[in-house]
Amino acid sequence: MTQPLEQLSCQELVELVTDYLEGALPDEDRRRFEEHLATCDGCSTYVEQMRTTLRVTGELKADALTPEAEAALREAFREWGAS
Amino acid sequence: METATLGDVEIVRALRERDEATFAALARDYHASLLRVAQIYVSSRAVAEEVVQETWIGVLRGLDRFEGRSTLKTWIFRILTNIAKTRAQREGRTLPFSALQRPDAVPEAAVEPERFRPPDDPSWPGHWSARPQPWNAPEERLLGAEVRGIVDSAIEELPPAQRAVITLRDVDGWPAEEVCNALDLSETNQRVLLHRARSKVRRALEDYFAEER
Repeated sequence: MTQPLEQLSCQELVELVTDYLEGALPDEDRRRFEEHLATCDGCSTYVEQMRTTLRVTGELKADALTPEAEAALREAFREWGAS
Repeated sequence: METATLGDVEIVRALRERDEATFAALARDYHASLLRVAQIYVSSRAVAEEVVQETWIGVLRGLDRFEGRSTLKTWIFRILTNIAKTRAQREGRTLPFSALQRPDAVPEAAVEPERFRPPDDPSWPGHWSARPQPWNAPEERLLGAEVRGIVDSAIEELPPAQRAVITLRDVDGWPAEEVCNALDLSETNQRVLLHRARSKVRRALEDYFAEER
């Protein structure tokens, strides 16, 4: 029979969210995390918001190289190539 | 650490054969990430851009020394980091050693402690006293320009090491291992920085959605 695990508090859970989403929690901690989530609306909302945050962040565009900077680099490349 | 990939070998061969298009494509692909990482070390974006330019020159000059013992990407970022550090020293800036190697030195809560019941609460210590409210925003709004703008500003306001990690991971989509290699970070420290960055961005969105209630 498995020992009853000590309950995670909400305040502890929010600090484990990234480890959880990254798959970095040891099995036992993951079980406590998921058990807590199953019965806590506040934390379920929190984790859901974190997933949404990741989705929106993924929609951002990376800064593009400006045409001027690219031209300067191509110039440097040609100089290097000629050396 | 991973060694050079087949793609890397081909890219290096093309560069050695003076293939300018390959070089330009490489510079475009890595531009944003290089800039972010440079900004960990130097004070302004303008200087960071110079560091990136110098990096490419360093890459070309060092090409014959690239032996494929790391990926090309890791190698390029090592060159960048060296140039950025030298530049930071010249600027008289203290290196953000602790931000990268000891991010835990200064504790930082993902959520303000006031939002939880106090530790001496008789029934539910550490449980929400002000729990998060669902955002209930339709998909097109969530992924629209305004919400993206909130996330973008929240990322801009992060300390540089956190900003670099969240950008590489969540905007550019790099795997954790590559971020660790490029920034010379332990897995744990990479996660600490990512956690703090993501927590703050979530909070910015929470504030934004709360305003309309």
